[in-house]
Amino acid sequence: MTQPSAAPGRAKRRRFRFVANAKATTGLVILGIYCLFAVIGPWVAPYDPDARSGDVLQAPSLRHWFGTTHLGQDIFSQILVGARSVMVVGLVAGVLATILSILIGVTAGYIGGAADEGLSALSNVFLVIPALPLIIIVTSIVEQASDTLVALIIGCTSWAWGARVLRAQTLSLRRRDYVEAARATGERPWRIILFEILPNLTAIIASGFVGTVIFAVMSEITLAFIGISSISSWNWGTILFWAQGQQALAQGAWWWFVPAGLAIALLGTALALINFGIDEFVSPRLRSAGRTRIRTADGRSVRMRVGFTPVLAPTPRTVPVPREEVAP
Amino acid sequence: MRFLLQRTAFYLFTAWAAITLNFFIPRLVPGDPVQSLISRNQGRISADAIESLRVLFGLDANENVWEQYLHYWGQLLHGDLGLSFTFFPAPVSTVIGDSLPWTVGLVGITTIISFLVGTALGVGAGWRRGSWVDGLLPATTFLSSIPYFWLGLVAIAVFAGPGSFFPSSGGYEAGLVPAFDGYFIPSAIQHSILPAATILVSSMSGWILSMRNMMVTVSSEDYITVAHAKGLSERRVALSYAARNALLPNVSGFALSLGFIVGGTLLVEIVFSYPGLGYQLFQAVGAKDYPLMQGIFLIITISVLVANLLADVAYLLLDPRTRKS
Repeated sequence: MTQPSAAPGRAKRRRFRFVANAKATTGLVILGIYCLFAVIGPWVAPYDPDARSGDVLQAPSLRHWFGTTHLGQDIFSQILVGARSVMVVGLVAGVLATILSILIGVTAGYIGGAADEGLSALSNVFLVIPALPLIIIVTSIVEQASDTLVALIIGCTSWAWGARVLRAQTLSLRRRDYVEAARATGERPWRIILFEILPNLTAIIASGFVGTVIFAVMSEITLAFIGISSISSWNWGTILFWAQGQQALAQGAWWWFVPAGLAIALLGTALALINFGIDEFVSPRLRSAGRTRIRTADGRSVRMRVGFTPVLAPTPRTVPVPREEVAP
Repeated sequence: MRFLLQRTAFYLFTAWAAITLNFFIPRLVPGDPVQSLISRNQGRISADAIESLRVLFGLDANENVWEQYLHYWGQLLHGDLGLSFTFFPAPVSTVIGDSLPWTVGLVGITTIISFLVGTALGVGAGWRRGSWVDGLLPATTFLSSIPYFWLGLVAIAVFAGPGSFFPSSGGYEAGLVPAFDGYFIPSAIQHSILPAATILVSSMSGWILSMRNMMVTVSSEDYITVAHAKGLSERRVALSYAARNALLPNVSGFALSLGFIVGGTLLVEIVFSYPGLGYQLFQAVGAKDYPLMQGIFLIITISVLVANLLADVAYLLLDPRTRKS
């Protein structure tokens, strides 16, 4: 409820309005830390993730922060090294799926007619077919699929949701006055799409991108966990794959699978928080209103609801102080 | 009626697309998987079975792709999905028939419960926006970000173990024969509690959130204010006016996200070694059992399509506008 006091303050506030959202900031900070580790992880890892040692199945200690595996490999190093693969696959698949969804969704929405029918049918088909079993089968055909290939497969199968949402939004934008005006002034279709329509889809594209990254990360880890993609390179799914294969649960080695799972969950939460931030940025109603119980003039307490305007109690706390401003 | 016919036509089209996809995928397999199977099972495969597998993998040199495609459809319409490599010489259809009821029971029931309970909680959270319920939303986000299978692993580590009430794997007590009797049913239920709870915990928060957001949006509509102004009870406005309208997008969202949910829940079966399609798919992938993988993919897709059609019928019942046209 803070009002911007001066003009420069207001300009700054507007520019960073999205970041001012607490959820989005939290998400972005966590995501930034993950990206940092994706870059420097392999350099700062204390051990070689493949190196065996005599410390077999050690619980977490100062020497091995997250404990060791059945071969004495350091799990903390495996997590650090694995971060890169997870982030790269997530981002590449996310970018690919976003590009596909923009191409297909915006084209379908803007052109309309038979092309629209065809493209929406295509995206609906991809939406209804269960993506994960399809990804599993396609990946299992390739022997020891690499990270890049996994990212490509995930990206090519997970664009449909974004395309659907973008098409709906483009349909509603296409007949707006400013687009009609652009068309009347003779702008070319590609210019209208790029400069008139796309900027207004930014929030939806961003939220679709974040959603796809979540899905891509989960799918990649799943593929590694069930042992389809290459198990020679490290990611968090590979760690879980070995933990499951070596009966870590039965041996009570909780440190083997807990850190990887928490790392995945935290990344997923960060991305979901960013998406909440985008949603609330676009539709302010969704923000959880701060204080909603308010005392009214007749002394009763009322819960605020959208569309309600209670008469507030004339207490010094809630009444704005106009006199002081008048005095000087 | 027109709406339902349109949807049915679309699902038939999708089924055709999935089957066609299924036709082309094995043709991408490098090498000759059938030859290696034959050499592994020297003399134990009948000529008919070899023929059927060759059709499935498109290895019949005398046919062009179009003839192969027609031949494939012919096999499919006879219910012949080929022979499973892992459960050789059992046909894929038998293997799937054994595991399908488990998946439908576990995944089907938990998905419906999760949707109903999640939607009900979402109605509460959306109606009481700004109350303590909003504080729980980040927690549910965290829960939904956890991969299903990892939550299953943790559930096994915490709740199952020697001497625990919850078994850590399998669908029923070893030694029991699947039948509807007083020994088998309780055992099956006991084995399904932990996987079901895992699926519920991680899938419910999505429904809570989407329903909450729809409720918040609907709550600010004019007809809600009018309903309040008429002096209707809070309960009536919340349920008959707001929730009733907020439900529609959630139901269509349910239909669309079924594919994602089913994919995730199949993994829970893997962790719990639950004898359903997901576990079967896991084994098939490990053994490079292509006919079984394809068959499972086809069955999962068709089940999701049928579930989608049911969701559409529910939508038809809920939204009078679709009935009028």
